[in-house]
Amino acid sequence: MPTVRPLGPGAVDVEVDVNGMRAPLHVPPHRTLLDALRDDLGLQGAKKVCDEGTCGACTVLVDGRPVYACMTLAVTCAGRSVETVEGLARDGELHPVQEAFVAHDAFQCGFCTPGQIMSVVALLRANATPTADDVMRAVSGNLCRCGAYPNIVEAALAAARKATK
Amino acid sequence: MKDERGRTRVVRTRNEFEGEVMEQLALVQDEDAEAWPEGAQLGIVGRAHRRVEGAAKVTGRARYTHDVRLPGMLHARILRSPHPRARVRHVDPSRALALPGVRAVLHRFNTPKTAFRGEETIFREEVRFVGDEVAAVAADTEETADAALDLIVVDYEVLPHVVDLEEAIDDAAPRIDEKGNVHDADRHERGDVKKAFASADVVVEGTYRTSTQLHNCLETHGAVAAWDGDQLTVYESTQHVFGVRQGLHAALHLPLGKIRVLCDHMGGGFGSKGGIGKYTVIAALFARELGAPVRCVLDRREENVAAGNRSATLQRVKIAGKDGRITAIAHDSWSNVGQARWVADPTGPTKGLYDVPSILAHAHRVVTNTGSLAAFRAPGYVEGTFALESAIDELADGMGVDPLALRRHHAEGAIDPVSKMRYSLKRLVDCYDIGAAEIGWSRRKRGGLRGSAPGLRRGLGMASQLWSGGGTPPAYATVHLNPDGTAVVRIGTQDIGTGTRTVLAQVCAEELGIDVRDVRVEIGDTDSTYAPISAGSLTVASITPAVRLAAKDAREQLLDVAAGVLEVGRSELRVEGGALVSRGGRTPIAKVFEDLDNYTVIGRGSRSPNPDDLVLKTFGAHFAEVEVDRTTGAVLVERVVAVHDVGRIVNPLTARSQVEGGVIQALGFALSEERVVDKPTGRVLTRSLETYKVPTVRDVPRIVVRFVDVPDTAANNVGAKGLGEPPIIPAAAAVANAVANALGVRIRHLPLTRRRVLDALAAAS
Repeated sequence: MPTVRPLGPGAVDVEVDVNGMRAPLHVPPHRTLLDALRDDLGLQGAKKVCDEGTCGACTVLVDGRPVYACMTLAVTCAGRSVETVEGLARDGELHPVQEAFVAHDAFQCGFCTPGQIMSVVALLRANATPTADDVMRAVSGNLCRCGAYPNIVEAALAAARKATK
Repeated sequence: MKDERGRTRVVRTRNEFEGEVMEQLALVQDEDAEAWPEGAQLGIVGRAHRRVEGAAKVTGRARYTHDVRLPGMLHARILRSPHPRARVRHVDPSRALALPGVRAVLHRFNTPKTAFRGEETIFREEVRFVGDEVAAVAADTEETADAALDLIVVDYEVLPHVVDLEEAIDDAAPRIDEKGNVHDADRHERGDVKKAFASADVVVEGTYRTSTQLHNCLETHGAVAAWDGDQLTVYESTQHVFGVRQGLHAALHLPLGKIRVLCDHMGGGFGSKGGIGKYTVIAALFARELGAPVRCVLDRREENVAAGNRSATLQRVKIAGKDGRITAIAHDSWSNVGQARWVADPTGPTKGLYDVPSILAHAHRVVTNTGSLAAFRAPGYVEGTFALESAIDELADGMGVDPLALRRHHAEGAIDPVSKMRYSLKRLVDCYDIGAAEIGWSRRKRGGLRGSAPGLRRGLGMASQLWSGGGTPPAYATVHLNPDGTAVVRIGTQDIGTGTRTVLAQVCAEELGIDVRDVRVEIGDTDSTYAPISAGSLTVASITPAVRLAAKDAREQLLDVAAGVLEVGRSELRVEGGALVSRGGRTPIAKVFEDLDNYTVIGRGSRSPNPDDLVLKTFGAHFAEVEVDRTTGAVLVERVVAVHDVGRIVNPLTARSQVEGGVIQALGFALSEERVVDKPTGRVLTRSLETYKVPTVRDVPRIVVRFVDVPDTAANNVGAKGLGEPPIIPAAAAVANAVANALGVRIRHLPLTRRRVLDALAAAS
């Protein structure tokens, strides 16, 4: 853990690495990472669905680990790396997981999709050859009300197959 | 050519919306195109196509109402009643107004009259459920607005209340409506029910219960309102931008032309986002008063008390059989509608699904001090199909016949038993054949099958689906053909996750003769052409025919232009693959326009009336295989086979997704979803996604999707009907029948929780 200056009660300055770019934040200590991303940094891919850690729509990666951004305080990310769905595509090319989600129709309304994708990206980095069961474990904290689950599992497995070919 | 096109006429047409048949006037332009026949060689329609907005959704670029941020935007939050029924005697906002950052407070003593769903105001004198709107705060930040809610002091006179359906029916309950708590709704009678019951071989009677289901759209209800002088723009997460415009017109007495409503992407509606909410009016009032844009978005807990639900029902079904046939059904239903003035009739399937000679169906609306119903994906039919199809299985058991064989006797009729008119197309029996073969129905045994381990029982069950889905005018579209050969479809519809953009791009590309990638679809804007609500499985059948005609109009104009430019006879030209093709060769569209200096072809089309003498319906059947643990009461759904007859399938990829999603939502209704309300306090105890159990990825069985896929050429020029609601209708009933088959014990109360299963087993032994 990097050292953090005594915080609060007012807004404090922290610097977070967001999608590989330095992002200075001036936020009160109780501001969630989700609110900081959406309102302070204008990155609105992560969605606020429950704001209490029960749905996974705000899933982002902090130092490579998937977390619920609504349950993470922005100040605790000082000096750490945060990855959001906006940072996945490179040079206009979709990330293989994004590409697989489109090819396998792994979303309908699309509101849970950024969170689902980040959970799958984290899984595939840790396990290049997941089983369907591994995928289900990885996204079991990501609710989808449209019921795109079968295609989400298919897409994740297809992305893994393509990456290891 | 030109004078033969574009004649506008007024037609009277019949349509069906969520079980209600109505006649209406519509303006229609153009002569309709011949429907693409069965077996037509289509290159794009009928083929799997990725969603055209896919890249936007997987990159986080897709903008939802929740994501709208306007310069200087303020935030509104709503104070909600803590009492299930009370009179608001006084509101003191002074402490809230003193909080730095708070801009204004609205409540019933300072808010102008705003007509809202049959009432005169958005803040009632008598609040009628926990969560009813009492006041609202606008502040610089959402956090400040939230904090200010706690500082508003309200003086309530608490009144007696009732929240439970069966208690509300009871004469001893407080009368919460001056006309009583129970109201007659739809009643249908045919044949002679009394006589049929008297002369029957077997009569079975059962009381069925279903629980309140909460929509839980992931994007909660909300709106952002902004004024530019006297012009109001509202961003709303909605299934009907024109409905929101109408609602604002009524509430704020604004001319329609002064209101623009926008909805680009939206995070689920499932029926609950059919018009304005009080949050819309609150945002618009604050924005006008404060001269700044105002955002009012519900949080998850508000969503689950005040944004609608599927009514809990109590249903009594009595069914008679004689000589191997069903001779009569009597079906009474009572639905907990909260404070709503309508009811989603659960007896629809009883009236229309099977050709049964004698029917007595009677629906009742019961008011309680709970949040009101909103349409929820096939409202009424999901609840009613469970009761009807359970009762038919119980009758089949009583008669000692196979339940599918029993249904077949009543599924072949070509005449709708309610309207007495002929169906445009009905392939229900095909659904049975396809589904029975896929699930292996011949394995089904009375009393169920042995499970995969000791203590487990296995069962098969099925149920049928009836729904409308024929679509309706009015619906209008334009297709702009750009000089580079690309096209823009413009229509004021919505894509609520169903894939509307994609099917419109396909139909336009097919008719115009260009690639799907060269079509952009612009929707969700009342400054565009009118399209109906994205509900009632109306969308595909209402708007794809209009888009097809607009594309056809654009193509014909293109041919006019090309004939002149290329100096080729018009009749020798056709458009194919983005080029004008004649015996002389291919000329890309862009080349034709090269010397014309930014010419734009504008094609327009409208939805033609429905046929006068035919009834448009969709049909289907679901088959379920389950394993039930007699020790723990756990129900494991292993497989669902879903077969639907909805006319032509425009996009098999997105159609399959829609069926899977409908089945999964139905499984939530069947197994885990249940709003729990505390009777003494009237509070909803299942307001969070922790306590209210929507299905997760772990709860999904293998789902096999099949379509009859025969175009309904009498229905409209595309031959397609709606698929949004059909897949949620029969799955819960099929699972309940499979569980009853597995256990030899019938559970008449959804969801089939472990407790209900164990209680039923204990009662039976």
